[in-house]
Amino acid sequence: MSDVAAQPAPNLLAKGWVKSGLIVAALVVAAIVGARLDPSGTIHAIFVDPFNQMAQAPDLLVQTIWEGLVSGVLYALIALGFVLIFKASGVFNFAQGIMVVFAALTLVGLYEKGVPAFIAVILTLGVMFVLAATIERVVLRPLVNQPDIILFMATFGITYFLIGFGESVFGGNPKQMITEQLFLPKGAIDLKMLGGIVSLQKIDIAAAIIASLMIAVLGLFFQYTRIGRALRAVADSHKAALSVGISLNQIWVIVWFTAGIVALITGIMWGARSDVSFALEIVALKALPVLILGGFTSIPGAIVGGLIIGIGEKLGEFYWGPLIGGGIESWLAYFIALGFLLFRPQGLFGDKIIERI
Amino acid sequence: MSSLVLENSPAAAAATDTILSLNNIEVIYDHVILVLKGVSLQVPRKGIVAILGANGAGKTTTLKAISNLLKAERGEVTKGSIVFNGERVDKMSPNELVRRGCIQVMEGRHCFGHLSIEENLLTGAFTRRDGNAAIRRDLEKIYELFPRLKQRRGSQAGYTSGGEQQMCAIGRAMMSKPKMILLDEPSMGLAPQIVEEIFEIVRRLNDQEGVSFLVAEQNTNMALRYATYGYIMETGRVVMDGEAKMLRENEDVKEFYLGVAEGAKKSFREVKSYKRRKRWLS
Repeated sequence: MSDVAAQPAPNLLAKGWVKSGLIVAALVVAAIVGARLDPSGTIHAIFVDPFNQMAQAPDLLVQTIWEGLVSGVLYALIALGFVLIFKASGVFNFAQGIMVVFAALTLVGLYEKGVPAFIAVILTLGVMFVLAATIERVVLRPLVNQPDIILFMATFGITYFLIGFGESVFGGNPKQMITEQLFLPKGAIDLKMLGGIVSLQKIDIAAAIIASLMIAVLGLFFQYTRIGRALRAVADSHKAALSVGISLNQIWVIVWFTAGIVALITGIMWGARSDVSFALEIVALKALPVLILGGFTSIPGAIVGGLIIGIGEKLGEFYWGPLIGGGIESWLAYFIALGFLLFRPQGLFGDKIIERI
Repeated sequence: MSSLVLENSPAAAAATDTILSLNNIEVIYDHVILVLKGVSLQVPRKGIVAILGANGAGKTTTLKAISNLLKAERGEVTKGSIVFNGERVDKMSPNELVRRGCIQVMEGRHCFGHLSIEENLLTGAFTRRDGNAAIRRDLEKIYELFPRLKQRRGSQAGYTSGGEQQMCAIGRAMMSKPKMILLDEPSMGLAPQIVEEIFEIVRRLNDQEGVSFLVAEQNTNMALRYATYGYIMETGRVVMDGEAKMLRENEDVKEFYLGVAEGAKKSFREVKSYKRRKRWLS
């Protein structure tokens, strides 16, 4: 019958994953064929040689992946701060990166003024709370219902205010993070494996553990507490949340404070690996590709995205960087993000839009 | 007898058995657009009152003026007063109002699509301070009232049907232990059978739990069957009010809102002259 023939063939190309799978497969085939055709040329150097190196020195591979993992965890933490605020108040908080620096600076600055380390931590938490409440009162509340771009610009303002304020109070010089006073471990563990030595910094292990713990606690908080539920409700629909009596102002303070806590922990961990200075802000911008990868509204997305970017850029730098003279690390993340924007603009885990028609 | 009530009419009902009264309120959006031009109405304690009218008459705005969700839409009450349970509430936030027992169920349901039905219901208890056990007890009570919700307690609200979402929204409001629910357009987009079910639930909540209802509805027929009193609004004013029974039998209401005309069909000219007369009155 003719109506069977008239039915269109199911369009496989319409499915995103089929399309990207085909593209990847084509690239792999092209690479293998190309490498066969010229064993010493560029294609060989790009597609075959790095994997040979990985296979020949697995210990180096593990070391690289570990380093990537650790910086990935820290990217994930910064991205987590963005996601929290974006979900609850719909604001893309440009100041998240500088909040990390500001928290770390406050902690170190207080310690330098003679406050014992743990009291300094508590005081810093207090400062982050005051910051959250002030931002809510002075910036968010008056600007509510304004277009998103205005709130976004306001977070630019917060960024530069915090930089100026931090510099005038604590000075602009790089500072040492007070790792020992906070009982964070020092030194390294050397593991003999795969015919070589893999050296793991203890502070990195601590960072990974603390970060995972914090993410777990946040997850439980969101899933099972009254406030956590309210936070998710607000993220879902501001209007409906208002109508059931959830106070947006209260929720905003809580969420900015939570982002402040995340910022402090990130600041401590990052500060322990390098030093505490406003240069950290550049690193914080790495959270952008992480967010594009993971989706702006997903906490698991922030974590997985962070790890992918962290590991991806370390592997890229180590194995492919030399081909073009190094320096890949600073832009590879943005390059990956660009690829993602082309194929999956909502990110790996971005909210599906539920719409009834 | 139809009693055409003009604006500025004095509040007649005694304060004691009135849970909500609006006295000549005026609402302006964006500082320039005058939407409500002096609306007065009363809701008796444990009553069901309907606000009727066509699109753009100001029903939703009236409800939002009471619950103060207006502020989120850059509207404000510029004149008049709103008294709920003996207290001026026109400057209160929605949060404070819910705490005092006045909650709105918005037009279009607005369930939290990514939360499960049960989580949706629990968010309704946000303002309560009487502990988890009491909240759990009330949750079970809601499930008794809405067995459909119990079946679907674990599913994401965004994937449930329109009727289930409406029940979820009403159940969520009930979780705040309200004295009064402002129900906006409960019939919107629902099959007639479901609409009837929803109104039955409203009646039951009113009977059993003693909740007062102010229902804004375009489905005049349905609303007047369940309400005891009705207000008809047009372009930001109350143009007619009265007992539901009286409104049901009123010739003009029949013709304009219920779509039934008694006797011979009127000529177009008469309809026109009637409209002119009404406009002149209001």
